[in-house]
Amino acid sequence: MKSELKNKFTLRLRSSSDKWIDSGFKNLSVAMATTVAIVLFSILIVVFIESKASIQNYGLNFLITSEWDPINNRYGAFTAIYGTVITSLVSLLIAIPLGIGTAILLTEQILPRQITEIIGLMVELLAAIPSVVLGLWAVFVMEPFIRPLLNYIHLHLGWLPIFSTEAVGPGLAPAILILVVMILPIITAISRDSLEQVPNRLREAAYGIGATRWCSLFNVILPAAISGITGGILLALGRAIGETMAVTMIIGNSNNFSWSLFAPGYTISALLANQFGEADGSQISSLMYAAFILMIMTLIINIFAQWLVKKLSLKY
Amino acid sequence: MIKKEKNKLNKLDYNIRLSRNICNKLLTYTIIVFSLISIIPLLLVLIYVLIKGGSQLNIDLFLLEPQPPGSQTGSAGGIGNAIIGTIIITAIASLIAVPIGVGGGIYLAEYSKGGFFSKFIRFGTNVLAGVPSIIAGVFIYAVVVVTKVIIGSSFSGVAGGMALSILMLPMVIKTTDEGLKLVSDDLRKGALGLGATMYTTIVEITLPHAFKSIATGIVLGLARAAGETAPLIFTALFSYYHISSFNDIFYEMSSLSVLIYNFALEPYSAQNQLAWAASFILIFIVLILNIFSRLFSRRKSY
Repeated sequence: MKSELKNKFTLRLRSSSDKWIDSGFKNLSVAMATTVAIVLFSILIVVFIESKASIQNYGLNFLITSEWDPINNRYGAFTAIYGTVITSLVSLLIAIPLGIGTAILLTEQILPRQITEIIGLMVELLAAIPSVVLGLWAVFVMEPFIRPLLNYIHLHLGWLPIFSTEAVGPGLAPAILILVVMILPIITAISRDSLEQVPNRLREAAYGIGATRWCSLFNVILPAAISGITGGILLALGRAIGETMAVTMIIGNSNNFSWSLFAPGYTISALLANQFGEADGSQISSLMYAAFILMIMTLIINIFAQWLVKKLSLKY
Repeated sequence: MIKKEKNKLNKLDYNIRLSRNICNKLLTYTIIVFSLISIIPLLLVLIYVLIKGGSQLNIDLFLLEPQPPGSQTGSAGGIGNAIIGTIIITAIASLIAVPIGVGGGIYLAEYSKGGFFSKFIRFGTNVLAGVPSIIAGVFIYAVVVVTKVIIGSSFSGVAGGMALSILMLPMVIKTTDEGLKLVSDDLRKGALGLGATMYTTIVEITLPHAFKSIATGIVLGLARAAGETAPLIFTALFSYYHISSFNDIFYEMSSLSVLIYNFALEPYSAQNQLAWAASFILIFIVLILNIFSRLFSRRKSY
């Protein structure tokens, strides 16, 4: 009897090769995970080191002068920084109502299910279109189409500094519109997710005490989903700041500063895309300085977004 | 008596002239208009690419090399080398990003116990996902292209692939992490209870069960990498010629996205036409990959 049991349950130690594979696999996966941190830090460090010469030369003046003169070695990125900030903020302003509105339509059962599913699919596919194709479309189709409209605005509101020049071709305004197209799917997708996570009993309670659809949306549902929506908006802002190709193709690439949205301008990423290939010496280091600024801007926005989502998220 | 009853019922009736009902209707119509506005660009882009690019589909387009702008041959040639280049560069990117990403995801989901290190890695992954694509190009330019660390080659398809892999990496890690977390814990406990090592549990039990969601993430990452341009314009650069041997991946390499960028800004209409044709192929590839990933994620197992 005893020997029978012993045959069934023998204590067998793991062979050393098993142990070796097991611990080796764990260490390998730790190393892979660490790679992410290494890549992130080395991006920051490399860009910083490469831009050091320029940071020492121009200091903070780089941020507030708009001269870009490779021949005389004088560099200032104000035009590009202004372009980056104004294009991303204005496009965000346009995309927020459109994106959140679409997300509400997709989640609140306003239209029949089949229609909303098609709209949702199309918004997701819009996110998949490569930015260079959107840029091509913007250059050959959209910009010529909206030019008369922009000139009409200039004619009637030209006394405002942001509309003060005539639209003659590529410029900040078409870049803003193409950015709207690019960040709209992000805002829609994330707002949609967070609206879907709002528990149905909140809706039922609001409708039950006689609130109209929009009354309950503004007072109950949107406040409950606000953390996700804000996070999505900040992510979209980060994307708008870093977006390169479509903007480079349509913004006009000019370092002459102008307040007007209809004049050609620059963004930091367009500056990099356009000049990096042919640059050398101090121009490289100035471009690296600009890249460093861009990196810091997106880092701050991303970290802030993550913090805000954690802070605002309500638990049910 | 009956009249009185009716009056009472009327109070429950929907009164369209109440300001809150008018407001409600108006806002509903507004968001319907908003969502129509948001899908119009997609339709317009697809229609234009279909008309302008689809009309040029022929066998030469897939085989020939593009002609330099202003050349006297009359036709702009084809985009054969760019299609192959895009495939090679994306393949190099996924060869780098998939093992590292899946490994990192395995660590986060299976080994980490929610301590500082894993929180930090998750945070870093999210931050890396937000790094602008052009910065990845700048980084690889400084680290690989200028220093010529890879067998002395400067601009190369390999460098382009490395830049794209930085963009793919966070996507693969996130989907692996989330996919593995969805696998039921009972399976893990069952395997470990039978005496399997962690290695056997992960490789034979949890990874196969999370395969679909991981594959979805990888395919979406591929679609994104295939469409990216910014990291390639000063890492892989561009080439007008077909690759002829394996060593050519260490030299300048063309890709569809860079071809579109370069040729869209040329003043010659033959090159512009080629850019539209390349857009058609690129959108076709990207949409196919997206539909693939949808099919993967549709059939959920656990």
